[in-house]
Amino acid sequence: MTHTRADYPLAETQPGAVTGKHGKALPEITLDAVLAGHVTMEDLRITPQALQAQADVARDVGRPTLALNFERGAELVEVPQDFIMQVYELLRPGRAKSKEELLEAAATMRDTYQAERIARFIEEAAETYAARGLFTFRF
Amino acid sequence: MTPKLNRWKRFADWDERPLRLDRFAAEDPANGFSAFSSPADPKPGIGIKDGRVVSLDGVLEHDYDMIDRFIARHHIDPEVAPEAMALDSATVARWLVDMNVPRETLVRLAHGMTPAKLAEVVSQLNALEIAFAYSKMRARKTPGNQAHVTNAKDDPLQLAADAATAVAFGFDEIETTMRVSRNAWSNAVACAVGGAVGRWGTLFQCSSEEAEELRIAMAGFTSYAETVSVYGTEKSFTDGDDTPWSKGFLAAAYASRGVKMRCTSGAGSELLMGFHEAKSLLYLEARCLCLQRGMGVQGTQNGGIDGAPLTATIPGGVRELMAENLIAVWLDLECASGNDARSTESEIRVGAKILPYLIAGSDLICSGMGSILKYDNSFNPSLINGEELEDYLVLQRDFEADGGLTPLPESRAIELRERAVEAISAVFEELGLTTPTEDMKSSVVYASGSDDTRSLMPRDVSFISEAIKERGITVIDVVKALAKRGFREEAENLLDVVKLRLSGDYLQTSAMIRNGRIVSAVNDPNDYLGPGSGYRVSEERRLQLNDIRDVLDQKEVLRSEALHEKDEARHIRYRNLGPAANGSAKDDVVIGISPAFGLKLYRTTAGHRLSEVLGAMLDAIRARGLKARVVRFRHTADTSFLGLSAARLAGSGIGIGIQAKGTAVIHQRDRQPHNNLELFSNAPITRLEHYRALGANAAAYALGEMPEPIVVPQRGEAMGSRHHARVALIYAIETGLTEAGAAPEEVDITLTGAKS
Repeated sequence: MTHTRADYPLAETQPGAVTGKHGKALPEITLDAVLAGHVTMEDLRITPQALQAQADVARDVGRPTLALNFERGAELVEVPQDFIMQVYELLRPGRAKSKEELLEAAATMRDTYQAERIARFIEEAAETYAARGLFTFRF
Repeated sequence: MTPKLNRWKRFADWDERPLRLDRFAAEDPANGFSAFSSPADPKPGIGIKDGRVVSLDGVLEHDYDMIDRFIARHHIDPEVAPEAMALDSATVARWLVDMNVPRETLVRLAHGMTPAKLAEVVSQLNALEIAFAYSKMRARKTPGNQAHVTNAKDDPLQLAADAATAVAFGFDEIETTMRVSRNAWSNAVACAVGGAVGRWGTLFQCSSEEAEELRIAMAGFTSYAETVSVYGTEKSFTDGDDTPWSKGFLAAAYASRGVKMRCTSGAGSELLMGFHEAKSLLYLEARCLCLQRGMGVQGTQNGGIDGAPLTATIPGGVRELMAENLIAVWLDLECASGNDARSTESEIRVGAKILPYLIAGSDLICSGMGSILKYDNSFNPSLINGEELEDYLVLQRDFEADGGLTPLPESRAIELRERAVEAISAVFEELGLTTPTEDMKSSVVYASGSDDTRSLMPRDVSFISEAIKERGITVIDVVKALAKRGFREEAENLLDVVKLRLSGDYLQTSAMIRNGRIVSAVNDPNDYLGPGSGYRVSEERRLQLNDIRDVLDQKEVLRSEALHEKDEARHIRYRNLGPAANGSAKDDVVIGISPAFGLKLYRTTAGHRLSEVLGAMLDAIRARGLKARVVRFRHTADTSFLGLSAARLAGSGIGIGIQAKGTAVIHQRDRQPHNNLELFSNAPITRLEHYRALGANAAAYALGEMPEPIVVPQRGEAMGSRHHARVALIYAIETGLTEAGAAPEEVDITLTGAKS
């Protein structure tokens, strides 16, 4: 289902449907649950579904580019932190020494994490860096 | 012969003013010193072919640099562009200030505008028009504000106390950074805990190295990031060690972790970094902002930021900062509108800089007001700092403008600081990080800045910070520690902030938390369409803004007078002898006193006892061998009429009129009421010696002499602002006792001699 501005804020209109990574809903995440050891950092992670809902809302209020960023974000939810930081590093100027290194990262995003939008974003960077000579040594 | 001087001394006076510490730069477009336009700026233009942007501001697709490429692909909406780019810029400029043209119409058009077009449009507006357009175009209706919370020692106890104080003042966001970069984790925990004292909902960021900042956010200590910088030229961007794609990727990464994010850009950064391409500041910033919308970030910190001081040296620079903020909100971005780095040493320039933002409102008026003292600000001093925060509170009251802050009573501040220091100490103890001593804690609670503390030093903090990082301590551990040590409310508050990231509601444009609820451009959109619409200060909010400390009212004046009543009773007795007679003797001088003189009011505004003032005048008159009578008038409280009435009763034709507040006049029988012999209007600086001299001069006039008029020296004090509130309240007490046609009363004065 597509969300609209009428669903916003989700935490108020449908708290039971807002869950963390392990399915724990917002009202279940209480201080007592934390003290009882029932809540981990993973329970406090946003889900791709929530990001998609926010993308819907953003689109509904006329913010298509913001929506796209939420959708790229949704694709990264399951990507491990280390790999995210590795790809970020690779995207910085002069880190990748050739277009191929970036294309390889894009392929991993696409094949391993089904991150299609992210993959295309990295491919676009690869193409631009090649055109602008950004694969040069910096340090 | 007097030697000729080589300068007008006024210039020497000006040399001493703080303004002259500011260094101004000449306009020089070729070297990047140009605010609004430069010969190197491109003319607006766009080419669209098959839904693709094939030329942008005169650059063909083949020649795009990486910024052009990103803007062409991610910002420009090819559906809107032909219509938007064809519009006359002057017409669009008029629409920006036309309250009948809705915000949404203009936002839609911006989706199709190039950087050069956006810059060309806003360049047509003067400063007032820019401020007005900003007020109309900003995304969220309710204004907010952000504080810096840092200190020179990276002391976590002080960070916690200062975070709690900032929260209580009403800041919607707090931002910290470190003196020593490895102390980031300690700073983050300290501000997270301090920011959870008192209420929940203040968003918090810890500005540090990109990768580290994201890790700290992942551990749950911070709730937003802001220092994701972008630049307007390719070479500045790469020297900043990023590209639009690396920053765009980071934006998606923050979203994937449920953490709010905005970018940072601002005039002057390219100029500081040496790659300005001879373009104007505004054009380069328009590129930055189009990039940011293209990246899909919800907002921006812009308006100069680190480049603001440089921008302010250039002609029109401050107007340019306003113009770039306008482009940001026109592009529908949340705007943390600078007013951050202190751009001047002149307090007048500071006040002038902040005012348009205060009255226009902004998502975050300052993207870092220093809630701490200048020397404690690890970002560098802000435009407004802990020293001047109270001035800002008064500006809110003056203009009935909501600058996002609320006055905080001192006793409440101390309570919150104690609580915050105890809370962070408990967390550190519980996690085995350190055990702060009682002396450390109390030195911090009462400290204005880190010079006053005897607390943890940067090296101590490094051990704490590295332990937090190494041991993988998360916000869950901190929440547990707080609750275990009895800080249950703070534990709840902290947990509530982390829970925000589950729904992602606060990732939407211009989101903040007010009274425990999300307020953003989605559910609180700016709906300005003229007077009566948009953000209005409610009556409840107005009363909050008004509630600054030490406000005077009539009750307060009467209370302080009552304190003096008993004291005066020991020094003077007034005895009414009935109707005053016309004097005929040449040596008769009359002192006319006002209705409340010594009956309801007992001291002059300078604080002198009325008994002493009267005594000084009587002594001086008698010293010349004349006789002095005291007459109370009740038909008037006005100094001139008191003086003239006294003169007409006096056998010498010379009278003195004096009000209880100390304003006095020497008058002569045949003069017009307001054409007196000598006036003593500055009661707050009139001393006993002046009243004595006044008596002596009155006597001299009675003896037919021409004395030197008394000068009560003043040094340009703002007498009105210091005293007029009290004066008006006091004078109302005098006028309240007047009675039309009341006859003058002869008063016998007995000075009982007790000296002060």
